[in-house]
Amino acid sequence: MGQIVKKATAGTMESSDAYIEISPGEEGEGLDIQLESVVYHQFGQAIRKVAEEVLQEFSIERAKVRIVDRGALDCVLRARMETAIRRGIEEE
Amino acid sequence: MSKVVASLQEAIRLCGLKDGMSISFHHHLRNGDYVLNMVMDEVSKLGIGELTINASSLFDVHLPLITHIQNRTVTKLCTDYVSAGIGRWISQGILQEPVEFRTHGGRPSDMLLGRTPVDIAFLAVPTSDTMGNCTGKVGKSACGSLGYAFPDAMCAKKVVVITDNLVDYPLQNWSIPETYVDYVVPVEAIGNPAGIVSGTTQITRDPVGLVMADLAAQVIRYSGLLKDGFSFQTGAGGASLAAAKFLKEIMVKEKIQGSFGLGGITGYLVEMLQAGCFQTLLDVQCFDLKAVESLRTNPRHQEISSIHYASPTAKSAVVDNLDVVILGATEIDVDFNVNVHTDSSGYLMGGSGGHSDTAAGAKLAMVIAPIVRARMPIVTDHVMCVSTPGRDIDVLVTEKGIAINPAQKQLKQRLSDAGLPVMDIAQLKQMAEKVTGIPRKVPRGDRVVANVIYRDGSLLDRVYNIP
Repeated sequence: MGQIVKKATAGTMESSDAYIEISPGEEGEGLDIQLESVVYHQFGQAIRKVAEEVLQEFSIERAKVRIVDRGALDCVLRARMETAIRRGIEEE
Repeated sequence: MSKVVASLQEAIRLCGLKDGMSISFHHHLRNGDYVLNMVMDEVSKLGIGELTINASSLFDVHLPLITHIQNRTVTKLCTDYVSAGIGRWISQGILQEPVEFRTHGGRPSDMLLGRTPVDIAFLAVPTSDTMGNCTGKVGKSACGSLGYAFPDAMCAKKVVVITDNLVDYPLQNWSIPETYVDYVVPVEAIGNPAGIVSGTTQITRDPVGLVMADLAAQVIRYSGLLKDGFSFQTGAGGASLAAAKFLKEIMVKEKIQGSFGLGGITGYLVEMLQAGCFQTLLDVQCFDLKAVESLRTNPRHQEISSIHYASPTAKSAVVDNLDVVILGATEIDVDFNVNVHTDSSGYLMGGSGGHSDTAAGAKLAMVIAPIVRARMPIVTDHVMCVSTPGRDIDVLVTEKGIAINPAQKQLKQRLSDAGLPVMDIAQLKQMAEKVTGIPRKVPRGDRVVANVIYRDGSLLDRVYNIP
């Protein structure tokens, strides 16, 4: 199982990008994904799905994720998620 | 004799402002305007309420208006454009009565026809003499053209000129003459110069924008319209300006002598005038300092009123003689209807301005927009709000290709023959959705917060609240 050991971020607040913050979740809790998006109504579910998929690929079952989406395409979201996770699981 | 009164409050009293009246403002000071807020503060101190504000545009500098609406000092708005901050409040339903959106040509038309009577017009002017002969060309707050203020001056029962540069009578080279003016109020400052005009408006450096701009220039080149006598209008957006720059290169190279450049004028249009691309510029509003300077110094750069610019009920207006206009869009649908009123979530954040006036008048009305903007495909099945009807839009230019209104068969043939990437508008929609996914419908309330009134006075569309 992948483990987020520290707070990490990836991405920017630029239009068409997403800013992602990931941190170790509370003991006994699963995934907590907070999503803010300029296209929340249109693509909120799709964005959440991508985030969950990437977390699953890294076998992360416990983490707090904050996504501030500025209209990023799935490929961008995926890349930002992956980078945030890699930064969060690295040891100092 | 002098029309100078000591304070704004005195002028308001002298004009006899009462509950339920209609007052008007023009927007040449744009997001640097102090005058609307200044007037509304005085009005609210006098305890007068239930007013209608008829403004040619409202910017976020006017957000204090929201308080006046909450206090019922203002209960109705008529405008041609709102920026996003004010738009959000309107979309949330702050006004009981729907906002009336008109076009830059429809507003003066309705004023002159008496459909929207104005009791008092407050004109923010960069220079005025003691009798109210006034201009925007000089003064510390110089904004250039006062085009949108003309109908207000001509139609309002009372006209108050507010200036931060009071000069001796008579002012030379005035724009609006004393014959319309009742009172002149000198104030410290009518606006913040940094917000009035940009130092320079910049062309885009975004590669997508440059591809679009290049395609737009090619469309004009092969449209059959680019020849001696050519006339042109473009907005101040980065890609539109880049298109103007590419167009200039073509015109200079091929020695094409156009007749006029129209509209909101930027430094790029001024450069085209100087390079001999046009005989004259017809200017209803200056967007940057270079345009202001040119209007002040070059007799071939002329100020025009919004009536002369675009009124559908004037005996004629310049838009009727326009060849090409480049326009923007937040959305365009497969029937070429364009939305410039709301964002993709349905919040008000714009307005027609001269969009539908120029689209109706121009021989070639072109919309340029990226195929995807912040994950939203530009082409939809139905726009959330029809700002300009599809029958008046001839071409959509995106970075991935261009779509031509099926009614324009000859144009389609010409552009295809020129080897330009012509495709069906539905194809552009599909291309975009392939990378974005299909957007879900946004929730919409059932209360009308704005009526979009077409230039002929008919109801074009309604905008609903966002719950």
